[in-house]
Amino acid sequence: MAEPITITGPAAKPRRTPSRLRNLFAERQVLFGGSFILLLVVIAIFAPFIAPKDPLEQDLMLGSLPPAWLDGAEPGYYLGTDDLGRDVLSRLIYGSRIALLVAIVSASLAALIGTILGLLAGWYGGWADRIISRIVDIWMAFPPVLLSILLVAVFGSGVHSVIAAIVIIDWTRFCRVVRAETLAQSQLDYVTAARTAGFPRMKILTREIFPNIVPILIALVSLEMGIAVVVEAILSFVGLSVSSDTPTWGGMIAQGRQLIHHAWWLLVAPLAVLFTTVLAFNQLGSGLRRALDPVLRR
Amino acid sequence: MTENLLTVTGLSAVSDREGGMPVLRDVGLTLKNGGVRGLVGESGAGKSTIAKAILGILPRTVRITGGWINFKGRDLLSMKPQELRSIMGSEIALIPQDPQTALNPARRIGAQLADGLKLKRDMSARTAEAHALQLLADVQIRDPDRVMKSFPHQLSGGMRQRVLIAAAFAVEPELVIADEPTTALDVTVQKEILRLIRHMQSARGTGVLFVTHDLGIVAQICDSVTLLYAGKVIEEGPVRNVLENPNHAYTKALIAAGPRYDRPDAGLEPVPEAVFRELRQEIGIS
Repeated sequence: MAEPITITGPAAKPRRTPSRLRNLFAERQVLFGGSFILLLVVIAIFAPFIAPKDPLEQDLMLGSLPPAWLDGAEPGYYLGTDDLGRDVLSRLIYGSRIALLVAIVSASLAALIGTILGLLAGWYGGWADRIISRIVDIWMAFPPVLLSILLVAVFGSGVHSVIAAIVIIDWTRFCRVVRAETLAQSQLDYVTAARTAGFPRMKILTREIFPNIVPILIALVSLEMGIAVVVEAILSFVGLSVSSDTPTWGGMIAQGRQLIHHAWWLLVAPLAVLFTTVLAFNQLGSGLRRALDPVLRR
Repeated sequence: MTENLLTVTGLSAVSDREGGMPVLRDVGLTLKNGGVRGLVGESGAGKSTIAKAILGILPRTVRITGGWINFKGRDLLSMKPQELRSIMGSEIALIPQDPQTALNPARRIGAQLADGLKLKRDMSARTAEAHALQLLADVQIRDPDRVMKSFPHQLSGGMRQRVLIAAAFAVEPELVIADEPTTALDVTVQKEILRLIRHMQSARGTGVLFVTHDLGIVAQICDSVTLLYAGKVIEEGPVRNVLENPNHAYTKALIAAGPRYDRPDAGLEPVPEAVFRELRQEIGIS
């Protein structure tokens, strides 16, 4: 005799859309880049509590000490000292403040200006596009490092000038990419669909197209921060950034270059930090792009 | 006689990209209130061009050289962009061809559906959301709650097409233009989608202009049909008449070219070269 069959099993759970956050950290690049940058931000903010020594305190008796694991090191000076006896580790820690400040502020401002102009050029086309694109072409004909040195020389040295120089030079990166991406997106059917639905043009740009540009924008901002760190280092290397009594990585590299033969760590330490920071920004950028793009994500 | 919802008269257009080649030649067609007209033709016959001309989204390379598109007594071609925008998406809506690309990949389904309702029907965010949920249920989507919160890439092609149909009918338009809405789908899904469009259309009394290259689809869903070749109307009339007693040799050849499930050995006859020659002569192209 047929028994009524009951099928037991786990109740069908509504499939949850995978959490964005978990997705982010599944990306190894984001994990590495993100945690390093986060660590750096914490270090920069709490520099006075973390740095073992005063970065400006000189002690000529303790000049050119090697890092802690080499012969002749003094306890307490983990990465050694420079020729004036200042603690290298503490100077690196304080140097991260300028580096991050410049990176974050200049990349955000450049992104803001470049994105607005790029969106307008890509979406409205015609005269707006022609004017903006020509300006970008002209802009990019200038050698960037030379132009930044020129700009800082005109503005006078200081963090503000460094930021202004980077923004003035690098908004074109954002503008070009955002314009191209807007142009590509505006050919897609969903934009046509929005047009046939009678949405105002500005609304299509901000509500439909812009969200699709955000992933690439985030990646670009992250890459730009890496570039800004390098540019700031270049400008402080040639002595055009902040005043020389504030420790900067570029300044330390310039100083270390002269002493490379008898105190190599003075060059290697800031270079290593600079290198890792830029690498972390780049990794974070490309990882974020993959993790945030809803199309690439699946 | 019922009044026509849409009347296209003498519509001609040329493509500037192809050196001023005509893409529409004096096209005329009508659509009754609540009727479904099929617009059939090969690739390049101009069926999509007509649809785009009605929607006002012709590419810049295609130029209209004459004719009228009369929608409820007003000529769409001579309207200002602003007037056109107020009609599009409230009185005329589109079911796009490719459900893969017609939804915004970066936004959730619920938000996209609610947009049109908020803009065109002045709903508050909350009413629009409730309404969108109801719409998803109307297009027979199970678990509409989940779909509302999903991104397009999390749905199947058939589901996405249902969402697009919901979006088109959401604004309660009088005319829906369906631009080959089933070409990108499996045959089994195709049938459900056709049934759904028919159901939504007849329940609301919406007029539908159905662009397709498939006479089988026309037989299933349309009540009248216009057949185009090279931008010229070749044959037109009620579906039964056209499919059962075609006047034109081209129509006959096309019907013969379709597969016959009842007689697998018949059908799939390519349209004879002689028919094309005659057709080109008639239209006046070399």
